[in-house]
Amino acid sequence: MANTATLTTDSKQTWGGGKSPFSVSYGKLMMWIFLLSDAFTFSSLLVAYGFVRFTFTSTLPNTIVKPFAHLSHSFVEDMNKAGLFVTERWPSPELVFNHFPFLHGIHLPLMFVSLMTFILIASSVTMVLAVEAGHRMAKKEVEKYMILTIIGGAAFLGCQAWEWTNFITEGASLSGNPFGPTAFAALFFIVTGFHGTHVLSGVILNIVIYINVVKGTYDKRGHYEMVEKVGLYWHFVDLVWVFVFTFFYLI
Amino acid sequence: MSAVASHADVLHHDDHGHHKETFISKYVFSMDHKMISKQFLITGIIMGTIGMLMSLVFRLQLAYPNTTFPIFETLLGEWGKGGKLDPNFYLALITIHGTIMVFFVLTAGLSGTFSNLLIPLQVGARDMASPFLNMLSYWFFFTSSCVMIASLFVQGGPASAGWTIYPPLSALPKAIPGSGTGMTLWLVSMILFIVSSLLGGINYVATVLNMRTKGMKMTRLPLTIWAFTFTAILGILSFPVLFGGSLLLVFDRSFGTSFYLNEIPADLAGGIERVGGSPILFQHLFWFLGHPEVYIILLPALGITSEVIATNSRKPIFGYRAMIGSIMAIALLSFVVWGHHMFITGMNPFLGSVFMLGTLIIAVPSAIKTFNYLGTLWKGNLRLNPQMMFAIGLVSFFISGGLTGIFLGNAALDINLHDTYFVVAHFHLVMGSAAIFGMLCGIYHWYPKMFGRTMNESLGQIHFWMTIVSAYCVFFPMHFMGLAGVPRRYYAFTAYDQFNVFVDMNIFITYAAFLGGIAQFIFLFNFFYSMRKGKKAVQNPWESNTLEWTTPVKHLHGNWPGEIPHVYRWPYDYSVPGHEIDFIPQNTPHEGQEDPLTEPQTIPTPERKVAPTLAKEEAVLFTLVKRWLGFA
Ligand code: HEM
Ligand SMILES: [Cu+2]
Repeated sequence: MANTATLTTDSKQTWGGGKSPFSVSYGKLMMWIFLLSDAFTFSSLLVAYGFVRFTFTSTLPNTIVKPFAHLSHSFVEDMNKAGLFVTERWPSPELVFNHFPFLHGIHLPLMFVSLMTFILIASSVTMVLAVEAGHRMAKKEVEKYMILTIIGGAAFLGCQAWEWTNFITEGASLSGNPFGPTAFAALFFIVTGFHGTHVLSGVILNIVIYINVVKGTYDKRGHYEMVEKVGLYWHFVDLVWVFVFTFFYLI
Repeated sequence: MSAVASHADVLHHDDHGHHKETFISKYVFSMDHKMISKQFLITGIIMGTIGMLMSLVFRLQLAYPNTTFPIFETLLGEWGKGGKLDPNFYLALITIHGTIMVFFVLTAGLSGTFSNLLIPLQVGARDMASPFLNMLSYWFFFTSSCVMIASLFVQGGPASAGWTIYPPLSALPKAIPGSGTGMTLWLVSMILFIVSSLLGGINYVATVLNMRTKGMKMTRLPLTIWAFTFTAILGILSFPVLFGGSLLLVFDRSFGTSFYLNEIPADLAGGIERVGGSPILFQHLFWFLGHPEVYIILLPALGITSEVIATNSRKPIFGYRAMIGSIMAIALLSFVVWGHHMFITGMNPFLGSVFMLGTLIIAVPSAIKTFNYLGTLWKGNLRLNPQMMFAIGLVSFFISGGLTGIFLGNAALDINLHDTYFVVAHFHLVMGSAAIFGMLCGIYHWYPKMFGRTMNESLGQIHFWMTIVSAYCVFFPMHFMGLAGVPRRYYAFTAYDQFNVFVDMNIFITYAAFLGGIAQFIFLFNFFYSMRKGKKAVQNPWESNTLEWTTPVKHLHGNWPGEIPHVYRWPYDYSVPGHEIDFIPQNTPHEGQEDPLTEPQTIPTPERKVAPTLAKEEAVLFTLVKRWLGFA
């Protein structure tokens, strides 16, 4: 078998030692492994969500409130009477998360969270641009895109704070929920809170890296790998949000 | 880019070598993997001693439930009033005993010690990928140990819900005395522990993948390294799930949620009625860690055994690739069998059969490993030093304990056996004794590498024989108690007439346990005495092939004084025909071999007639598969 010979030499060079088989530094490799592990943490929480969710009757589709309709002051009670917000039934997220800052009293299902999601994804785009600029050693551009990423992250956190405040003022807490099962609110706070903590640490990391970029640390070091590493983390947090979003808001 | 990074790394290590080291940087906040390994070992030994002494206390209680022991009052004060052990404290003791043994001794103590010591030395690296995170890993472990020990002294006593901390006992602070502060500290300690284990595991995997010396192909790695790597991967993927589960538990305990609680009236649960949750959710999350955890404990011990058995049989390990394959298979399967701990929770019986199938399949890779050990020992030139005795002991426990796993893995049989002493016997043999034997085996074997001296061999032999006799005398009879229905985690069986027949057996077991306890003190004496007074070790005392024995006896920061040796062959070239000495270290080139990556000696394929029906290609494939499995 002639082709085995070529195969073995090839794999020898990759895995033969003396170099990284994936041609990455150990730091980046460790970041990958950490993210893999963190993915399991989030999975455990989302699996718990699924487990709890399936013990409740499934959501009734909303046929009552139309988008942009005016919300009455007794909205929650009305929904309760209509059988949409009852303790044995998982509520429809579009009826729970239907507010928008400064547009009080209008039914805007999932508009705000879509905006949040857009902001976070946009910040991932700017992060990609920062990493790319780092490859070209373009310090000024890295600075610009890092600062945009930081702003995006902070804006997301701000939105989340608003959403939480709104939810809490409407009566939701870890042990109470006017919209239906308590577990809905508890899981919402824990999972989005855990994700938010990740975003917060990401923003802090980004700020640290930004300061180093400005100080020229990476210019002197000859590469911008640190930007790449926080970039990996940032994209991961973003990816997790896509799952959190899907679980809590869409299904 | 990676070239730049690794070059910078070498420089970093080199100029580190000339630094003046203070006491603090050398012994306390050390970043040298060899020192960190010793720190893990000593902490593990201290925790192990505490855990063992606890077991002796509750063994006394089990053997003599109606006798008073004044010593209990002296030692335990409040908990041993009038010389009688408090029933609540009995539960606390077994919980902390289990926790300490499973996590602190056999997870951190075992992996922490040997992965740290051996990964850089055996793959040919100057240190771990990130020495700093490695140091942090130890200090998280240390803090976690301190918190766990501190929990012994709080109001209400330590956690008492069993090492598996099932809710509701763990979720309701008022459930039993240990459910209060003790349980909180248990969770804090465990979260620190998880952080430590992740920092360590990420480091181990990155080091093995990225830092191997030239020529150290994956198929030239010692089996220890394969085992440590997969152990680390198991930890990296399963501990986060326990973290998630514990997080929800913390919320149930302190913030009024009810993930694991159902139909608990408000006055029992901090003023908030708890409905809608399920304790089964916790069991799923716990055992998703829990089952891989038993392999996190066992795999390093198996890896150590492979190394020690091959060295001391003076034979190549039998079925090297099959060993790697079975490590991988075990690691993979261990993620899909957790349900066998939950057969009788009311799980869907169909799901039960799925878990049963997976569980029984694990017996296959386990058997491959066993047969390969036996195959290596077969007709070997055995050197029965203490480490070899412990390695053989491990194989023995792996068989006797593994067989009962097949009983327990049958969902139907488990209805009878679950939560009885049969389970206690099973996991103490297969996990407890086997892994402890692996750890002791490793200590005897690598003591010269760690401390530059060898341990006393006669004391080692005495230690071995006393320990194995004691272990079998303690755990074997428990099978029969379990078959007769004796439940685990009970304070006094004399409360039930039908179990009174086991009183004598319990007394016998307790005597055997004390024999084992004495043996461990012999070991402790030997361990600490040899550190100062032991025989000075030579560089390669066991005539072994692996790279760690090419480093000088006196520890250097960066391990090798000059360049890191290159690797030219696999680690098991023992008794090679036509070779004068019976071992060839990995850094010895084959005749005429210049490039470490080439494999000059092709294994000669015997001239064989190919059966006419078998097409040539197929025949070649067949030989390749056979060779890959190690049978050629
Ligand atoms: C052939 C291999 C094995 C099989 C089929 C097997 C099967 C089982 C089953 C079905 C149980 C649950 C019994 C019950 O609670 O009713 C169990 C318990 C246990 N096994 Fe294994 N096992 C195997 C190997 C191992 C190994 C290698 C270890 C450790 C290294 C181990 C450690 C444990 C522990 C700690 C428990 C008790 C957990 C508890 O409930 O507290 N087992 N085993
Ligand atoms: Cu298991």
